[in-house]
Amino acid sequence: MEKAMRKYMPFFVLPTFCAFIIGFIVPFIMGVGLSFCEFTTVTDAKFVGLSNYVEAFKDTVFRHSFWYTALFAVVSLVVINVLAFALALALTQKMRGTNIFRTIFFMPNLIGGIVLGYIWQLIFNGILSHFNTALGLNEWYGFWGLIILVSWQQIGYMMIIYIAGLQSIPGDMMEAAQIDGASGFQRLFRVTIPMMMPSITICMFLSITNGFKLFDQNLSLTAGEPSKMSEMLALNIFNTFYGRTGWEGVGQAKAVIFFIIVVGIGLIQLRATRSKEVQQ
Amino acid sequence: MKKRQILSAALAAVMMAGTVAGCGGSTDSGTDSKAADSAAANTEAAAADTAAAETASDGGSASAGEGKVYYLNFKPEADEYWQDLAETYTEETGVPVTVLTAASGEYEKTLKSEMAKTDAPTLFQVNGPVGLASWTDYCYDLSDSAIAGELTDESFALMDGSKMAGIAYVIENYGIIYNKALLEEAGYTAEDITDFDSFKAVVEDITARKDELGFSAFTSAGMDGSSDWRFKTHLANLPIYYEYKDEGINNTDAIKGTYLDNYRQIWDLYINNATCEPTEISIKTADDATADFVTEEAVFYQNGTWEYNNIADIGDENLGILPIYIGVEGEENQGVCTGTENYWCVNAKASEEDIQATLDFMYWCVTSEAGVEAMCHDMGFVIPFASNLESENTLVNEANKYLDEGKTPVTWVFSTMPSEEWKNGVGSALTAYAADQTDENWEKVVTAFVDGWATEAAAAK
Repeated sequence: MEKAMRKYMPFFVLPTFCAFIIGFIVPFIMGVGLSFCEFTTVTDAKFVGLSNYVEAFKDTVFRHSFWYTALFAVVSLVVINVLAFALALALTQKMRGTNIFRTIFFMPNLIGGIVLGYIWQLIFNGILSHFNTALGLNEWYGFWGLIILVSWQQIGYMMIIYIAGLQSIPGDMMEAAQIDGASGFQRLFRVTIPMMMPSITICMFLSITNGFKLFDQNLSLTAGEPSKMSEMLALNIFNTFYGRTGWEGVGQAKAVIFFIIVVGIGLIQLRATRSKEVQQ
Repeated sequence: MKKRQILSAALAAVMMAGTVAGCGGSTDSGTDSKAADSAAANTEAAAADTAAAETASDGGSASAGEGKVYYLNFKPEADEYWQDLAETYTEETGVPVTVLTAASGEYEKTLKSEMAKTDAPTLFQVNGPVGLASWTDYCYDLSDSAIAGELTDESFALMDGSKMAGIAYVIENYGIIYNKALLEEAGYTAEDITDFDSFKAVVEDITARKDELGFSAFTSAGMDGSSDWRFKTHLANLPIYYEYKDEGINNTDAIKGTYLDNYRQIWDLYINNATCEPTEISIKTADDATADFVTEEAVFYQNGTWEYNNIADIGDENLGILPIYIGVEGEENQGVCTGTENYWCVNAKASEEDIQATLDFMYWCVTSEAGVEAMCHDMGFVIPFASNLESENTLVNEANKYLDEGKTPVTWVFSTMPSEEWKNGVGSALTAYAADQTDENWEKVVTAFVDGWATEAAAAK
C-alpha cells in the first residue's frame, strides 16, 4: 500500500500543487516585489525602493487599525474559544438531540462573511435606531458588533473541533480519575483540558489568525465608519490600495507588513500552546 | 477490487482533466483567455464572461486580425443599452465588441485589475483631471481622431498638456428634482423658489405641515455607500465652485472653505426636513431615497438627469428640477449643475488594430443612426457631438430651461477633489454631524474638508 502511495504521489499531488502555485506562490512573490514599486496595474511597475514602507509606517490610521485589530483578535479569541469549549462540553453529555444542536450551531459557518455582515447590520441598526443612533456612529458599537457576528459565525466551527477532541479522550482515564475521587472541576482542569491541548492549539491558532485577517465582515458591517475608526488591518490595506492615486505600492507594503505580523503572532502562539501539549 | 481500481482511475482522470483545462487555458493568450478566465476564476461575472467569450470567438473567426473592442462602462443604468449596441455593431461590421460594467465605487478597482490582463479594456473611462492622473500613461492621444472632430466644443475634451487624453461623451445635469404636483398641493410653485431663503421657507413650511400634507420635504439623505456621493461629492461641488469663482482658479492644492457655512446651511436643511431622522441616514441607501420620491413621500430629491428612468413613474408632467441654492449672493442667476465626469479614453497600450477598431467604434457610436439613437434616446444622454438629438428625458429638458433663461450653469468642479479618501473623510464627518448637530461636530467637517484637502493633495503622487 505504501509503495503504491509513493508511486502515485506526484500524480495526486499535482492538481493541488498547481492550484497552490497559481493561487498562492505566484501572487505572493509578485506582491512582495510590488511593495517596492510604484504602479497602477500590477503588470506594469517601476522600482522605487523602500519609500512605500516609509509611507506605511508614517500612516497614523494604519497604526490605529493595528491596535484596534489586535484588541479585536484577543477579545474574539477568548470569547470564541470559551464559548465553543463550553458548548462542546455540553453537547458531548448524554442528552437527547445533541446532533441537532451540533448541526444548528455549525450552520452559521456555512454563510459567507459579506452576507452575514449585511444581515447583522440590519439587525444591529434595527435595535440601535430605537436608541436614536446607528452602528456607523461609534467605533465601539462596530467593535462589539463584529465580536458578536464573528462569535456567532465561528463558535460552531471551533465547537466541532473541540467535540472531536473530547471524544478522543479515553473513557478509562476519566473513570480512573472519578474512582480516585477527583471532583468535576478537577477532572476538567487536570484531565480534560491537558488532554485537549492539541485541539486548543489548533482552535486558538485559527481564531487569532482569523481575527487579524478579518475582512468581509468588517467591510460589510461597518466599512470602517465612523471616519476609519473601525477599520481593521485588512480593510485598511484594501482602502489604501484603492483610495488614492499612486498609493497602490503603499497598500502592498502594508500587506507585506501585515503578513509578517500575522505569521509572527501565529508562530508564537503555536509554540506557546504546543509546549503545553501532553502525550497520552 | 479490480472494479474499484478502475473507478478510482476514472475519478482521478476526471480531476486531472479539469485541472489541466484550467491551467493550460490560462497560459494561452489571445482570444481564448476570456474563456479560460471564466473557467479558472469562479467569479460571479462568469456568466457574463462566458457570453463575452462566445461573441469574441464568433467574431474573431470572421474578422481575424481586424482588432476588437473591449469597453469598460461606468454607467450601470446604461449597461443594457450598451450590450445591445455592441451586438448591433458586431452584426454590422463583424468587429467583436465586449462591454463590461462596473460602478458604485467599483470602477477603479475593476479597471486596475482588468488593465493588468492580456485582454485589457481598449476603451475605458476617467472622471476628470484627478482620475486622469493615474491613467495618463494609458491614454492614447485622441487629437487626430475622427471622433474629436465631432465635438461641438473644445471644452468637452480632457487635455493633458497638448495631448487629448479623453473625450466627454455625455453631458449631465444635477440639482434638486421635485414633484410638481406635491409642491402645488403644499401651496407653492417653482416660481416661489429663487434663492436659499425662499427655498428654506418652503421646505420648513412643508415640514411644519408634514402630518397634514402626508409627505415630507426631502427624501432621505442616505449616507450609505450607494447614495453618499450625492452629498460628499455633488453637493460639495457648490462651495468649491463658488470659491474657485472668487479666486479665479479651476484647481487648487489648498482649499480655504470660504463657503462652508453655506454648505452647512443646505445640509441642515436636507437632514432635518427629510422622511427619516437625521440619526438614521447612515444606513439609508440610494434605493430608499428613490422609493421615497416615487411613492410621493417627499417633494425634493437631490439627484441628476441620469436618474430619470428610475423616477419616470411619477409622470413627466410632475417632474421638475431646481438649482441647488446655498445662500450665496447673486444666486438668483444660478442654474443647475452641468458637466461631465464621463470621459472616454482609449488604451494606448492596446495593439494597433484594437486601437483602430476602438476609434472606429467610438466614431460609429456618435455618428451612425443606430448609435446616436441608442445614446440619445435609449440611454437618455445629451451628447456633446454634432449629431445630438433632442432629448426625451424630461429632466434634461427641464434643466435646459435654465440655460434658455440665461442663467449660469454651475460647472462640475468635483473632479478636482484630490482623492477618494478626501470624499470619504468628508462623508464620514457629515454623517457624524447629522447624528449630533453641534458646532464641534461641524468643525470636524471643516477639518476634513480643508485640512483633508491639503493632506490629500500632498499625498497624491
